[in-house]
Amino acid sequence: MYTFSSKLKTFSLILMVIGAIGIGVGFWSAPKTVEEVETILLEESHGHHDQVASHDAHASHDAHADAAHQEHVNHVFHQLQNKPWAAFYVACIFFMLLSVGVLAFYAIQQVALAGWSPILFRVMEGITAYLLPGSIIFLLVLVLSGAHMNHLFTWMDPEVVAHDHLIQGKSGYLNVVFFLIRAVLFLGVWNLYRIFSRKNSIAQDEAEGSTFYKKNFKMSASFLVFFIVSESLMSWDWIMSLDPHWYSTLFAWYVFASFFVSGITAIAMVTIYLKSKGYLEQVNTSHIHDLAKFMFGISIFWTYLWFSQFMLIWYSDIPEEVTYFVTRIEHYKLPFFGMLAMNFIFPLLILINTDFKRLSWIVVMAGIVILAGHYIDFYNMVMPATVGDQWFIGLPEISAILFFLGLFIFVVFTALTKAPLVAKGNPLMEESKHFHY
Amino acid sequence: MSNKVIHAIYNDDDVLMDAVKQTRAAHHHIEEVYTPFPVHGLDKAMGLAPTRIAIASFIYGLTGLAVYTALINYVMINDWPQDIGGKPSFSFIDNMPAFVPIMFEGTVFFAAHLMVITFYMRSKLWPFKKAENPDVRTTDDHFLMEVGVHGNEEELVSFFKSTGAVEVKVIEKH
Repeated sequence: MYTFSSKLKTFSLILMVIGAIGIGVGFWSAPKTVEEVETILLEESHGHHDQVASHDAHASHDAHADAAHQEHVNHVFHQLQNKPWAAFYVACIFFMLLSVGVLAFYAIQQVALAGWSPILFRVMEGITAYLLPGSIIFLLVLVLSGAHMNHLFTWMDPEVVAHDHLIQGKSGYLNVVFFLIRAVLFLGVWNLYRIFSRKNSIAQDEAEGSTFYKKNFKMSASFLVFFIVSESLMSWDWIMSLDPHWYSTLFAWYVFASFFVSGITAIAMVTIYLKSKGYLEQVNTSHIHDLAKFMFGISIFWTYLWFSQFMLIWYSDIPEEVTYFVTRIEHYKLPFFGMLAMNFIFPLLILINTDFKRLSWIVVMAGIVILAGHYIDFYNMVMPATVGDQWFIGLPEISAILFFLGLFIFVVFTALTKAPLVAKGNPLMEESKHFHY
Repeated sequence: MSNKVIHAIYNDDDVLMDAVKQTRAAHHHIEEVYTPFPVHGLDKAMGLAPTRIAIASFIYGLTGLAVYTALINYVMINDWPQDIGGKPSFSFIDNMPAFVPIMFEGTVFFAAHLMVITFYMRSKLWPFKKAENPDVRTTDDHFLMEVGVHGNEEELVSFFKSTGAVEVKVIEKH
């Protein structure tokens, strides 16, 4: 049995407290009135004297420019008000989907009757324990968005829809009630699978035959069928609908690859941590090697999907499609290209070597870069639609990461103490213990 | 120096694996093992040095990437600049995304083909090459271990009998 070391527990609690304070400050310091934004913009433009001069000249002479200016200020006001919400949203959905990625990986291992991985099943179950708190917080954010507490989803604003022909055409699908029903359905079924598969896995430990194991096999297969459909709809609902005019048929797979590789990386890192503390004696370098192969492979897979989506849109250059990448390349150059380096070039070069995949410190280092890179990937998906060019990875963003990281560590390692780290009832356990590549 | 070798023939790959381990433990020199199919872990059991074909493949891939980058740059940018789909840019970097599939395929093409050719050369395989395996049954269902004879011949024969060989022959090699 694993015991949650008090050091790590304190660390996770500190992360949560610091994160919560930072999130609070972020919300508190967001501008509350249009006048505040006016002063912020004025201060910003002080650096550019020419601009101010021409701007003033126009503003004083032209009533039309004045209206445009008012509109711009209003726009920035909404973006700055969105910023703490969006920062919270990115970290919230990232950690939640990460645990969903682990859940999908777990189900695939069950269905594939994989012989190498059962020794890691308890680690995966520990990580998916985060799904319940993660999805509750996430659902809460969606409900608050539906209640117009924020403007993350512009299509939720009846004022916007009234003037928007395209969104009107989609309102049969994109309306708050149906949106929330779908969210409850998806999160509910995922959580049910997680709860029952965990129950069966623990029951199998002491069971005589392999009834619970077979039950898990069947349940995992059904879950995967449901998951592949719900995952697509989920990615349209929670991410793609932030840009309600834009659509891409590849998007669901691309999002899936992103959180799938993050989940596998989390499995590798938790496993290596537990091993360094003297648990999981039977996990050998071959298991780490296999996880690192998955990290490498899914990173390449992610790049393949990302690039396929990018190149088709870039090449055809259809205005309503290409605007997605134009805003990102114009205003998000560093995170946009930076995450490509972190998610593709770095894992490609560092994890291509067989021997490197067996070294814990290299896997951990690559893992940190991959996790950070995919956080930025999600950041790039969410931010341009919600805060536009007012982005900055500052206090609200980092605090949200710290808060959810702390919560993640706390929940995952608490769950790990609840059951033996080796699922000894699994019929493939002996093979997994002696797995050698 | 005698050129005598022992041919120990087995009819099961698990027995063969154990025999290889025992032979190595007894410090006999294994010249070669002939099998009808690749036996997983045999190279490690024989103590062969790990293959370097992965490194070669990586270098071939980089070569392919460089060749195809140069090729596409010459064809599409330098020699005869083309306007396709309203993208008339005369700079490589601005048109790069369209070239990625070509560069990728070039990398794979070079890595794969040169790796196969390298493998054949290292294994001394080429068209019309005469088979080297000393016993035709190694193409069907038997496994043959060839061990150099140094010292007591009788002792060696009985040693290989004890490792589960179905047949042990002493052969003068030319």
